[in-house]
Amino acid sequence: MSILIDKDTKVIVQGITGRDGSFHTQQMIDYGTKIVGGVTPGKGGQTACGVPVFNSVQEAVKATGATASVMYVPAAFAKGAMLDAANSDIKLLIAITEGIPTLDVLEAYEALTAKGVRLIGPNCPGLITPGACKIGIMPGQIHKPGRIGLISRSGTLTYEIVKELTDCGLGESTCIGIGGDPIIGSKFVDLLPLFEADPDTDAVVLVGEIGGQDEVIAAEYFKTKMKKPVVGFMAGLTAPPGRRMGHAGAIVGGEDDTAAAKIEKLEAAGIPVARIISDVVKLVQKKLN
Amino acid sequence: MKIHEYQGKELFRQYGIPTPPGEAVKTAADAVRAAKSMGLPVVLKAQVHVGGRGKAGGVKVVTKEADVEATAKKILDLVIKDLPVRRLLVTPAANITKEVYLSILIDRGARKAVFIGCSEGGVEIEVTAKESPEKILRLEVPATKLGNGTAADYKDFASKLFSDADQASQAAVIMAKMAKLFVEKDCALVEINPLIVDDKGKVVALDAKVLLDDNALFRHEDLVSMRDMDSEDADELSAKEKGLSFIRLEGSIGCMVNGAGLAMATMDTIKHFGGEPANFLDVGGSSNPKKVVEAFKLILKDPEVKVILINIFGGITRCDDIARGILQSLEEFDVKVPIVVRLIGTNEKEGRALLEGTKLTPATTLEEGATTAAKLGGKA
Repeated sequence: MSILIDKDTKVIVQGITGRDGSFHTQQMIDYGTKIVGGVTPGKGGQTACGVPVFNSVQEAVKATGATASVMYVPAAFAKGAMLDAANSDIKLLIAITEGIPTLDVLEAYEALTAKGVRLIGPNCPGLITPGACKIGIMPGQIHKPGRIGLISRSGTLTYEIVKELTDCGLGESTCIGIGGDPIIGSKFVDLLPLFEADPDTDAVVLVGEIGGQDEVIAAEYFKTKMKKPVVGFMAGLTAPPGRRMGHAGAIVGGEDDTAAAKIEKLEAAGIPVARIISDVVKLVQKKLN
Repeated sequence: MKIHEYQGKELFRQYGIPTPPGEAVKTAADAVRAAKSMGLPVVLKAQVHVGGRGKAGGVKVVTKEADVEATAKKILDLVIKDLPVRRLLVTPAANITKEVYLSILIDRGARKAVFIGCSEGGVEIEVTAKESPEKILRLEVPATKLGNGTAADYKDFASKLFSDADQASQAAVIMAKMAKLFVEKDCALVEINPLIVDDKGKVVALDAKVLLDDNALFRHEDLVSMRDMDSEDADELSAKEKGLSFIRLEGSIGCMVNGAGLAMATMDTIKHFGGEPANFLDVGGSSNPKKVVEAFKLILKDPEVKVILINIFGGITRCDDIARGILQSLEEFDVKVPIVVRLIGTNEKEGRALLEGTKLTPATTLEEGATTAAKLGGKA
């Protein structure tokens, strides 16, 4: 078991004929993900990476029975692709695309939510259930099946922590990159309940950063609703206020969205926060023993 | 992207949001000319990309023509929160009978576009929000309604800000126009503080703060040209053009990292081990060796840099491409400072093989790299 995706999840790729889309489709297929089709408007009927291409998400869902879609469409066309997914019977949309205008994400998020489609991202590495299903751009080889769940706003920082979890033998149940934008489809608090309910997850690592209040809200949720241990890491202790640190969502606006303020609130709620990456595993092990 | 008040007011005029006339000037002489043509009294307002201008002495009412030049000079000589004042907005002084706060922004928590209002304007809204949150009004607007709402949609909200029916209906019209501006120009914030009622009963935007969504600038050429090059760091801008994300800091350890979160964590780790990062630099998710060369160029420009730490976790980024970029940079630049390199992930073996025999200091983990960099002259 795992959350959201497993070895039977049927996946389609939006933007499969693009450069990034085709490259990562092949990587996902090699990992064992059940890629059953792709979508590129105007290219329906063609074949890409050995799977059929459709003109719309709904056509692809009807023909293949896919329940998840992963999107590699360029930012300027991302809103159209997301609305296409909202007009289908897909259940889960993972938006990898970086740099989508915020109001486009907002409109698409509202349409997806109205249809009950869960959105992961945008501007995220995707999610992976090691050994079963990889949807996104993360390097598969650093993961290992295990019992630690991971939710992160970052990409490569997540890989660092995953590698530590893998190297120490713990491994991961499911790892989710939720994205670095101000508006994201799934936040920590939306996903923690799934890990809490997952019989194959023993503990959760929460990787946050400066900007917004999502980590603090997650801490409140943890305190009142969760029994499983959660361990944190917060990037951006040295980030100057008012400057956007790469991610559109990573900007210190007030005194309560700094890394220091978040660490304080997480620890007050009972979530220990590692100050350096190698301490994450130590804190997880301590919680498990 | 930030734009100045005078530019925000230009957008207001485009959208029919009432705002006083005004002229942006760069010299005291021009301020005098503008003031004469408008008639006294005028307000001189420093145009800088920071809040708290008034408290810093950057906003002055001038009643006598003879005082305009001296006051303008004084403001143009100011440096407000590190930013020198290069422009003044000259605008007629208004007779204020009431002031409120009104803005529209994206509430990331609620994942909604939302109007924020407060019947006590002109003050710092953050303070009011903290001390008396019950005074802050909110109205969520669905994304698809932003561009086509009418005054009727905002009447109830406006009535809570203005007890006078006529003023409330003027404000409702303004809100519909603000929402249209907000969505059509891809704003992150449109703030009017204060929105006033003048002595003729007219509702007028006395200030304009507009923030634009960087992600959407590709479809707004007209807005990009509003960028004030004087108040931006040239290196940071040129980095952006080359697909790098760069912010200069005060320390001595130059950093080159792939990914924003990891770049922040790298800075934090350096500090944890006693060093001070000289910059934030995310080379992004591409493997282009040219980006590495550009990154070197930016880091080496800073004379404070005593050591460089390269931390790459290959995913989409391939370590061998990064290594090629490093080799190219070593050929192109005369690098006198030590370089600590940590390459891991996709094609790490190939990457390390390429760097064998160079004078670079290898590191296996980020923590080892940060410690080494701090030791090699990067100590604070």
